[in-house]
Amino acid sequence: MRKMGAVFITFVIMLAWTAWSFAGRRDYISIVGSSTVYPFATVVAETFGKTTHFKTPKVESTGSGGGFKLFCQGADLDTPDITDASRRIKKSEFDMCRRNGVTDIVEVKIGYDGIVVANSVKAPHLRLTRRDLFLALAKQVPDPGGAHRVVPNPYHTWKQVDPSLPNEKIEVLGPPPTSGTRDAFVELAMEGGANTFPWIRSLKKTDKHRYKVICQTIREDGAYIEAGENDNLIVQKLEASPHRLGIFGFSFLDQNCDMIQGSYIDGVEPTFEAIADGSYPISRPLFFYVKKQHVGMVPGIPEYINEFTSEKAWGDDGYLSDRGLIPMPERERKKYRHDAMNLVPMKSL
Amino acid sequence: MTETAIEKVKRGLPGRYRAERRFRLMGMGALAVSGLFLLVLFSSIISNGWSAFYQTVIKLNVFIDPVRMDVGNLGSADYQGLIKASLRRDFPQVRSRRDKKRLYAIVSTGAAFQLRDMVMKDPSLIGKSVDLWVPADDDVDMYLKGSYHGKNRYGRLKPVQVMAIKRLKEEGRLRERFNTTFFTAGDSREPELAGIRGAVTGSFYTLLVTLLLSFPVGVAAAVYLEEFATPGRWSDLIEVNINNLAAVPSIVFGLLGLSIFLNFFHLPRSSPLVGGLVLTLMTLPTIIIASRAALKTVPPSIREAALGVGASRMQTVFHHVLPLALPGMLTGTIIGMAQALGETAPLLMIGMVAFVADIPHSITDPSAVLPVQIYLWADSPERAFVEKTSAAIMVLLAFLMAMNGTAVYFRKKFEHKW
Repeated sequence: MRKMGAVFITFVIMLAWTAWSFAGRRDYISIVGSSTVYPFATVVAETFGKTTHFKTPKVESTGSGGGFKLFCQGADLDTPDITDASRRIKKSEFDMCRRNGVTDIVEVKIGYDGIVVANSVKAPHLRLTRRDLFLALAKQVPDPGGAHRVVPNPYHTWKQVDPSLPNEKIEVLGPPPTSGTRDAFVELAMEGGANTFPWIRSLKKTDKHRYKVICQTIREDGAYIEAGENDNLIVQKLEASPHRLGIFGFSFLDQNCDMIQGSYIDGVEPTFEAIADGSYPISRPLFFYVKKQHVGMVPGIPEYINEFTSEKAWGDDGYLSDRGLIPMPERERKKYRHDAMNLVPMKSL
Repeated sequence: MTETAIEKVKRGLPGRYRAERRFRLMGMGALAVSGLFLLVLFSSIISNGWSAFYQTVIKLNVFIDPVRMDVGNLGSADYQGLIKASLRRDFPQVRSRRDKKRLYAIVSTGAAFQLRDMVMKDPSLIGKSVDLWVPADDDVDMYLKGSYHGKNRYGRLKPVQVMAIKRLKEEGRLRERFNTTFFTAGDSREPELAGIRGAVTGSFYTLLVTLLLSFPVGVAAAVYLEEFATPGRWSDLIEVNINNLAAVPSIVFGLLGLSIFLNFFHLPRSSPLVGGLVLTLMTLPTIIIASRAALKTVPPSIREAALGVGASRMQTVFHHVLPLALPGMLTGTIIGMAQALGETAPLLMIGMVAFVADIPHSITDPSAVLPVQIYLWADSPERAFVEKTSAAIMVLLAFLMAMNGTAVYFRKKFEHKW
């Protein structure tokens, strides 16, 4: 009994001591953010840990939005040093950062990621356009009769959307609303498709709110199925039901090319080269943001940036491109490397 | 003639026996169905995971060129270059830049670090040729294990790589061996270099913190509630609350941990310390309830006898009742620990769902736990992580079965038949 009490008391003392001694010191870099950038950030972190004497950074996958929330909580040491994002920082997030004392943020673009609409290799290889995707997945679509108004989406098969497509039920597995991939898909594919209707495009200037609602709301009647963040699961489901399509990042297509195939979008097949030269329409830039105020307080941040922006990482033949990251053109790489190495902070949005 | 009573009973007997047999068959059938589910679960996990326990290795003969080595700075020499040179020497027919790059890719990136460790430990190797077995890249490993099907049998492998693999196999320089890396290495983005050691160490530290905090507090609370508290409205209220806490979804404890331990006390994020604290809150109700049940089984005659020979209340409880109830309390604690081992949701909110490549050395180092490692690997695109995920699940299930088995063994061994 007495021994147990003694153990317990020493433990409580240890607890208090670690809590107090910890405040003010952290010897590893803390990174949060996008689940799309996570595979790339972790590889850089591991290489950085192995080739330098610094500790391997800890990388969490919280989603782009979640990452910004943590990052912008303040400039104390218990906030993250770097946040990854599959989209640019929003003005509201930038203002929140400013308000909480995070005044110097360095923005670094790392490359591009393609979003593919894929199906099982057992099914026919589809040729879709962004207009088809909009008509198939939006909650409200232009009246098929031709009038300049929207009606609830009446299409249930791909053939109804476009006669050249197969007569299969529309069932698409995609990311949930918390995902940056979904934001990017909605902005690039759906909005791109909606803009092929001139009257919707002109709405952008006259009634921006209505324009956004028409372009960016996905249907909720069961044709679009939210399949969570686990892309491996989506790949398995696609293999089991060949008539379904899935929306996810290019790296998953690359790694599972024996089971799934990416549909042609606007005539372009999703390949590494097509996404790199910009001909594949659904691709978006990836970023990470550094808290300049933590440089010097947490060891290794400039060296980590150096590793990430080095040619052997993000270059055309770099190890990140082996994993599915589409590199930026050389000129862009030079510019971002220069700004990152010199820790040039963002002035405004 | 009317039936006698005994004839009526005899007439009903076959029906009764039939009903009993039907019931027994239904019971056995239910058992068989659950056994079938268990069998399907285990066979799918084992069939996916057993191949992770062996990996493909390639024998390389590397000449440690003294020209490339700077004796004063052995750590940063270009070991990858030495390995590339060795491959070029073995396959001189590979000419184009693109094919050469693909040739280099059949060997894991960890090979360079393996060579580096070898040379740094024994610098006399400079100038000599050494043989070493290095892990093959995960694409090669998956191809040889037959993981790709259909029209894309080679996965991501290109013809020059398939040719090289065939040549190496013929020369006996390509083998399968037991995958010790799985148990000795921490997490990695390269599947052939990834292991569960970091996660297992993290689980160990987390459970240590949980045990050291929840066992004394839980036992003390149970002893107080059972032996010393006066029955009344307060103790009823406490009992109801403890029972409710046992049913609260675990992620709520994670939210509590986030707001109190991280935001208020500023404890280090992602550390086993915070993880252990959160899991303590979760297992405490389980331990209290199990301990109370154990205390209840000690017959009142023990207590009365102790009081009768002159022991005080404290002496009765701590010298007589508690030791007798201890086996039951231990059983409850082991089961509570087994539950805590498998928890992921509460740890999500305190940041333990993270890529942590280093092995944690203290309770304040960032770490992951085994179920979190499984979750992270399940999300990775590389095909080779599929088998590693299943293998890690097998390890986790083995630990859980061992812990629950220990609990059952202790219970049987120390059980008192009153």
